[in-house]
Amino acid sequence: MPLIEINDISKIYRLGDIDVNALNSVSITIDKGEFVAIMGQSGSGKSTFMNILGCLDKPTSGRYSLEGVDVAGLTRDELAAIRNKKIGFVFQGFNLLSRTSAIENVELPMLYNGLPARDRKERAATALDKVSLSGRENHHPNQLSGGQQQRVAIARALVNEAPIILADEPTGNLDTKTSAEIMELFVKLNEESNITVILVTHEHDIAAYSKRVIRFLDGRVLSDGPTIKL
Amino acid sequence: MINIPSTIKISLRALRVNKMRSALTMLGIIIGVGAVITMLAVGTGARQRISEQIASMGSNLLIVLPGASTTGGARMGAGSQMTLSTSDAEAIQRECPAVLYVAPVLGGVAQVVYGNQNWSTSVTGTTPAMLVVRDWALSEGRPFAEEDVRSASKVCLLGQTVVDNLFGNIYPIGQVIRIIKVPFTVIGVLDGKGQSPNGQDQDDTIYIPVTTAQKKIFGTTFPGMVRVIMVKAKGAEELSQAQKQITELLRQRHRIGQKQDDDFTVRNLTQMMQAAEQSARIMALLLGSIAGVSLLVGGIGIMNIMLVSVTERTREIGIRMAVGAKTWDIRLQFLIEALILSLIGGGVGILIGVSGSQVLSNIAGWPTIVSLYSILLAFSFSGVVGIFFGFYPAMKASLLDPIEALRYE
Repeated sequence: MPLIEINDISKIYRLGDIDVNALNSVSITIDKGEFVAIMGQSGSGKSTFMNILGCLDKPTSGRYSLEGVDVAGLTRDELAAIRNKKIGFVFQGFNLLSRTSAIENVELPMLYNGLPARDRKERAATALDKVSLSGRENHHPNQLSGGQQQRVAIARALVNEAPIILADEPTGNLDTKTSAEIMELFVKLNEESNITVILVTHEHDIAAYSKRVIRFLDGRVLSDGPTIKL
Repeated sequence: MINIPSTIKISLRALRVNKMRSALTMLGIIIGVGAVITMLAVGTGARQRISEQIASMGSNLLIVLPGASTTGGARMGAGSQMTLSTSDAEAIQRECPAVLYVAPVLGGVAQVVYGNQNWSTSVTGTTPAMLVVRDWALSEGRPFAEEDVRSASKVCLLGQTVVDNLFGNIYPIGQVIRIIKVPFTVIGVLDGKGQSPNGQDQDDTIYIPVTTAQKKIFGTTFPGMVRVIMVKAKGAEELSQAQKQITELLRQRHRIGQKQDDDFTVRNLTQMMQAAEQSARIMALLLGSIAGVSLLVGGIGIMNIMLVSVTERTREIGIRMAVGAKTWDIRLQFLIEALILSLIGGGVGILIGVSGSQVLSNIAGWPTIVSLYSILLAFSFSGVVGIFFGFYPAMKASLLDPIEALRYE
């Protein structure tokens, strides 16, 4: 059974009187342990695709099954539960809670699945250790560099042992050196922990860290194949 | 699954971050709750004072006054005509089943002398039943007996004020005082009672047997004349019944025809007190509604700030939703925040209300009583305000679209 099975999904937005076809019958299958880069220009539908993949949005039509569960028919709260358990998000702008320590940011997803406080602390500390940030548990985001902030966000994505990490332009706000470090961390997580990483980027050298590239154009899949290493 | 302790922690942190704003938001609730507590304290205090006064007058008390006399067309007012007698009092005691005790009164103001001290006070001739009628105990000595009334003994009971003015530190029992030159032996001292409802010093009085007053001090226009008859009914429910029985009996005894007016009046003191209590209650209600309005305004303040807070923290809400917060997780977070605001405001308001009541009773001399009931009422009311006015902002937060919220700058 594939991890993600997307079958003929479309997404239509109404903007005033005009219907915008953000996604047009897209079908994609992703197996556990893959490292996929999703590329495309802005407006190509890749963000809409990521939102649907991340259970933040629902397709207008089509089937999306995640670990065999059809996600399209789920309620708002059921989708929240899926996000909590199955998907870890990493964003371009880090999206950490300001004025909140690193460890508490990492604990955040566990606040919503009823883990006792002691377990939360322990697991958050382990996750921070995995991204080489032990010792900075009590730093606030504004006391951390961009790379460190992104590591906190990755630790937050890992902490519920979600099988999937969705990273939306994770290196967009980082310099080249830090970008490389973050990408190597993703590679390591993919290879060592068998976590499925799905990455949205428009930079080729970032996509080069992946094993498979899917290109979008005008709401359709333009190409889908193994990453060509330069 | 909703994690209440950590939600409370999150809310507290959010409030701590904006200390000044949180404090200002609470101000409305603080003032409202403070006002509620103070007003209830004033209201309860006033009611308590009135019921103490009712108790000091004697409970279930009726007063029978002689009727108004008409002299050449000018009516002289109640009590101006002497129509009551000791035998009326005895008849009431005998024949009215709703009556417990009856005490006739013939009194006036007289000069009393002890040694080189003298004092002008009210001298009341009455029977031993008077002490029961007025719920009045002795602090020293013994009351006079029926025997003293029959034989018109020259014995007296002194009120506390009279004792203070005539005797100072001398032990009064057994001493002889002169009331308008007639020597009386002091046989007892009355307990202190304090002020009457209309501000008279009830302790500035001397009780003597009614017969002695009639024959030796004040004199009478007809034998057995008394000025007032005090009546204690069997209970609060029997008051109006007693009033009716006394009226019927006295009309019969005074041979008043069907169409003639009564030549006496029966007054119900408890009723008068209840009217006073009623006005105190209305006062408290009025002030209470002012407090209610300020609580309402405080609640609107909370809603306003919570709406601002939801907008400011849209991105935070988006992040929480992305990592799995459900509708009620977000809703509760903001509800608890509003609740904490209003409850802390309520707590501070209670402190201010309690100390405000203290200040009022110390400076203005109003009797104030802060009851546990009023504290609980104000506190739970502030909680209700928090939930009520926090609900809309919390709703709004929980229904945000996570994608939009995450993109919010």
